[in-house]
Amino acid sequence: MRHCYFDHNATTPLSPEALETLSECLAEVYGNASSIHHFGQAAKQRLEQARRQVAALLHARPPEIVFVSGGTEADNLALLGVTRPCAGKHVITTTIEHPAVLQACAQIEQEGGRVTYVPVGASGVVDPAAVADALRPDTVLISVMHVNNELGTVQPIEQIGRLARQAGVLLHSDGVQAAGKLETDMERLGIDLYSLSAHKLNGPKGVGALYVRKGTPLRRQMHGGRHERERRAGTENVPGAAALGRVCEWFQKHRTEEAARVAALRDRLEQGILRRVPAVTVNGDPARRAPHTTNLCFAGIEGEAMVIALDLRGFAVSSGAACSSGSVEPSHVLTAIGLRREQARSSLRFSLGRGNTVEQVDALIEAVADAAAHLRRISVEAPSHA
Amino acid sequence: MPDRPIAVAMSGGVDSSTVAALLVRGGQRVVGLTMQLWNQRRLPQLQTGESSGRCCSLDDVYDARWVAGQLGIPYYVVNFEADFEEQVVRPFVSEYLAGRTPIPCTLCNNFIKFDRFLEMADSVGAEKVATGHYARIRFDQVSGRYQLLRGVDTAKDQTYFLWGLTQPQLARTLFPLGELKKAEVRRLAAELGIPIADKPDSQEICFVPNGDYAAFLDAYLAEQGETRGAATGEIVDRAGAVLGTHQGVHNFTVGQRRGLGIARGEPLYVIATEPARQRVVVGRGEELLRPGLVAGQVNWVSWPPLTRPARAQVQIRNKHVAAWATLHPTEDPTRVQVAFDEPQRAVTPGQAAVFYVGDLVAGGGWIEA
Repeated sequence: MRHCYFDHNATTPLSPEALETLSECLAEVYGNASSIHHFGQAAKQRLEQARRQVAALLHARPPEIVFVSGGTEADNLALLGVTRPCAGKHVITTTIEHPAVLQACAQIEQEGGRVTYVPVGASGVVDPAAVADALRPDTVLISVMHVNNELGTVQPIEQIGRLARQAGVLLHSDGVQAAGKLETDMERLGIDLYSLSAHKLNGPKGVGALYVRKGTPLRRQMHGGRHERERRAGTENVPGAAALGRVCEWFQKHRTEEAARVAALRDRLEQGILRRVPAVTVNGDPARRAPHTTNLCFAGIEGEAMVIALDLRGFAVSSGAACSSGSVEPSHVLTAIGLRREQARSSLRFSLGRGNTVEQVDALIEAVADAAAHLRRISVEAPSHA
Repeated sequence: MPDRPIAVAMSGGVDSSTVAALLVRGGQRVVGLTMQLWNQRRLPQLQTGESSGRCCSLDDVYDARWVAGQLGIPYYVVNFEADFEEQVVRPFVSEYLAGRTPIPCTLCNNFIKFDRFLEMADSVGAEKVATGHYARIRFDQVSGRYQLLRGVDTAKDQTYFLWGLTQPQLARTLFPLGELKKAEVRRLAAELGIPIADKPDSQEICFVPNGDYAAFLDAYLAEQGETRGAATGEIVDRAGAVLGTHQGVHNFTVGQRRGLGIARGEPLYVIATEPARQRVVVGRGEELLRPGLVAGQVNWVSWPPLTRPARAQVQIRNKHVAAWATLHPTEDPTRVQVAFDEPQRAVTPGQAAVFYVGDLVAGGGWIEA
């Protein structure tokens, strides 16, 4: 059976460019980028080239890029690196953030800091006024994601950036789902810290970056050598960083047309499903979304059963958040925007990317219609027991 | 789908892994499903460090996934935690608080392992489901009923927990291990290359660590922000004379001898618990004997509903040897009066009374009184 991938917000397939860069570096560029000899210099060259490529995507300067192990580490470094020691400090975030941000905030609270979780309504978009209302004299940091991973909704970062600047508070944004899809100009958006992950950009797992605006006070959270301008200790993952740089370059060149192509596919998918399947609603504000995501609620159908039914038909989609066993728990994002538990359990996320085609989308619409009809039929026929 | 798969309930144990392997070897299309029923990290005060063999531990999921990988079958973990809590854990807790000794496994079998699992099987396009239970099913042409029989390995037989199965459930269920002895299953597992052939058997009540019901109850109620109310009370004899005090009736089960904290010349047993009055009634061994019982919420499995008295062997505990009795229908068709030929020890409300004729499971019900 042919398997088609519609779960790009979970991770993406490795692009040919990334594979080429990775294998070349793994095979040839084995020096330690901190060594002064020929081998070290070659590695350092690749690392700095990658830093320039990442910086270019963010309209930033290369020294503002810190390579880390991925989005989670970038979020942790940003939040804890700014806030520690936490006592007496206040952080503002939202209820729809990724667990990497929410759990880092929980740690800040553990360590004596205070955190305000700004609620988000049915639109899935935070109201900048609510963020402004949460400001206090002891607020040091606002952390609001750029694009929500479950809904695809775009957060009003530019407005939040302005109010952060006025209040003299730093702004962190988790850009893992936004980079490569939206314009990511740190200056224009008023962002001080921005998290990136390579594997959401058709790069490899295990590498990411944190943008740190020049002059931003940041305590390192990994102790050891003086790598990355003493912001992140540990021998640099040169092949990973080089591959991240390469995919950032690809998206910098192709972002506009690729985003338009993916948005057209996403809309075709969404319209097709809405036309073919009764009682389906879109979660989050469809007018304020990144191009690659749609989150749909199928009334009366269990999302988990739908994911399995679609997988057995050759289509990979997702529902909720995977728990440690691999089963599914209702997404905290969907309940945060006011969906009832059963609505959250009936929701599916379709996320598209570079490999998807019109043929795949049309086949997926058929499979969704078929699976939904089957699941609704059996839930009517299911015998009731005492 | 022309070639419909069989959904196998895979727990990560030897039995269900062997079932999956046997079906795959027989050329069947198989989908493996593990039911995530309970989050072991939920009540941290109960953590024992011993995770395997308990309900839904990550190690078990790891094992099930590994076996599925070895067999090359699609495999999913399905989350039934909410259903399990509502239909098994909560009834278990309220039964216990009401002074009965419930069997969550029967509730789990009825509502989760068959009802919910069959729904999930429907979702994946499977007609039949297979589990690693030691029991047999056959279709009887004469009565037109599916019949349930004890597993060939009587030591492993699980029909005491399966009496609630309905005809539609039995019609779709396969118990491939019912004809086998456990030793044969282990040998087969080793032969089929199942890497966990030596894994120990799981515990009886999977979500209660070390069988400590009272500790589970306390932890669960604390988590729910509920209280049990005044728990202490009196231990009395049948005449009402106070012999001692206790820390909560839920700590006691009919037939229990240890842990009473009363020194007497002769051994004393719990003969009844009275949660409404917070009393535990104790007495001598022979005071535990009962001539009969009333079974409620009766489900007829291999037999059609009872219309006149009938003879059967009635089993009242998992380890009890079924005793001959006469079953009398009552005006309420869901209730049966059981009159034993010989009085039986420790008839415990909340446990099941299962009616057998030889290996055949005629039906069963919950012991009311």
